[in-house]
Amino acid sequence: MKTRMNLSASLLALAVLTGCSSSPVVENTTEIENTAVKTAQVESVDVEIVPVVADIPTVFYFAFDKALLTSESQADLLENAVVLAGNSRLVRLEGHADERGTREYNMALGERRATTVKEFLVMQGVAASRIEVISFGEERAAAYGSDDDAWRLNRRVELK
Amino acid sequence: MIFCRQISILLMVLLMGSNAYGELVIRVTEGNDQPTIIALSPFDLGDVRFDDDITRIVEADLRRSGLFELIPRRDMLAFPSKPSDVYYRDWRLLGVEYLVVGSMSLLPDGRYELEFSLLSLNSQKVQFTHKVRAVASQVRNLAHSVSDKIYESITGIRGAFSTRLAYVSVIREGDDFTYRLQVADADGARESLMLESNQPIMSPSWSPDGKELAYVSFETGRPAIYRQNLSSAERQQLTQFKGLNGAPSWSPDGKKLAMVLSKDGNPEIYSLDLASEKFTRLTRHFAIDTEPAWMPDGKHLLFTSDRGGSPQIYKMNIAKRSVERLTFQGSYNARANIAPDGRTMAMVHRSSDVFHIAVLDLKTRRLIELTETTLDESPSVAPNGAMLMYATKRNNRGILAAVSVDAGVKYNLPAKQGDVREPAWSPFLQ
Repeated sequence: MKTRMNLSASLLALAVLTGCSSSPVVENTTEIENTAVKTAQVESVDVEIVPVVADIPTVFYFAFDKALLTSESQADLLENAVVLAGNSRLVRLEGHADERGTREYNMALGERRATTVKEFLVMQGVAASRIEVISFGEERAAAYGSDDDAWRLNRRVELK
Repeated sequence: MIFCRQISILLMVLLMGSNAYGELVIRVTEGNDQPTIIALSPFDLGDVRFDDDITRIVEADLRRSGLFELIPRRDMLAFPSKPSDVYYRDWRLLGVEYLVVGSMSLLPDGRYELEFSLLSLNSQKVQFTHKVRAVASQVRNLAHSVSDKIYESITGIRGAFSTRLAYVSVIREGDDFTYRLQVADADGARESLMLESNQPIMSPSWSPDGKELAYVSFETGRPAIYRQNLSSAERQQLTQFKGLNGAPSWSPDGKKLAMVLSKDGNPEIYSLDLASEKFTRLTRHFAIDTEPAWMPDGKHLLFTSDRGGSPQIYKMNIAKRSVERLTFQGSYNARANIAPDGRTMAMVHRSSDVFHIAVLDLKTRRLIELTETTLDESPSVAPNGAMLMYATKRNNRGILAAVSVDAGVKYNLPAKQGDVREPAWSPFLQ
């Protein structure tokens, strides 16, 4: 008796159970199928960022797992709001986290930080429609290394 | 509304040929205290020659499980290839508990057939005889299938050697990054490329049939969720909402994808019905809700939320939308991954300011820390529940490592170059 069960072209096996042999042990057969993986190819987009011209700080730092603006950041953001009031360019706020903790939580944390900055700028009169928020979580470190100094520099929002 | 455009695909010659042994190199760092002693008599290959040494692949599989001690070939008095050639006494003198013998033959249709037997030296009996068939290019699969049979017969647990790993590798040169979504055999061999991008790739999640991966790619400059077929490379963009598009998790029936979207203001868990392309919002809270993971029953979701003031793991009854907090020990518990038993929950756990992988028994509420390194993340339990793979750092580089759910067995899979992260252990593939 043969029972055949074809399961998956990409995957491992097709099981064929064969019946009794002369041995007292049940004998059966596993058939292996091809498992090759193909590659998809994409052109990644490099988003063009126009740098902020004004000579004021455009990076704002945060405590671990926090999205509160320091008084220093608030002062810097007030200056940025003044500059932004004088033009109509679009603003991109990139939120980041340090490498500690999980990647997707850090994506959410980066967004929360960038949103905090956005809300502050909106309160200062910058139109919300001019501001885009994007989080890179811990994917784009500003400083490498696994120590307090690197982590401090990586918990940030960059205004671009 | 769903953004669902087919993207034209260029197929690429794979890196497989030049890289048959993969980029990942396994080092077993800790084994079981009382391993089962097993001997693999080198399989009789007759005139057949393969690039891969089938016996060595099986030996490596069994050794990696940490449950076996293998008798070196130099200690063997003979290399029997069938049960009738075995002198039980010789093997018992070596302290061997189990012996594997086998021989390969070429079938008329061009495939190869390995007939192998597992002998118990204690009972002096053939425990089973089995045949496995494959074309020459698939002998590694054949070898892993042999390992699965042996493992299951001795431990009573289904073997997971014939499974795969998906992971993300990153190479940085100055300010330039190359992100790769890779798939390899569970032993790290036969690494193949699924996708390459200079923008982040994140969070691979297997479909329950093992034919597809869902993942996050920033290739458009913003995060979006995609699904991609392994064997055809066909891919489809599933989301492109404003804000976060993250943490895809395939439901056990394969019909839904849980994910995180912040389109409505802050990160919430949604479920996408893949057939109807309809999104259902599952959480409604001003806190961060992320990292959904389906329970095996398909009726509950685990997720991470900081609604209690710090990231902790919660369980949702999807029908009732009721939410229960599961973790109370430690100030940071996140990225739950449940074992197939529905009871052993792996997660990232912070204790004394260091991030470890821990398992929480959802019944007894007992928490065990499995790892001692410091930046451990992304736990992914094997489909047989015996081991889990995770990402950690060694010498400032991202590597993958595995640990048994009782912490007794450990091994590393360091990459030859770059950082490797976010392992996702495939389901059973047959």
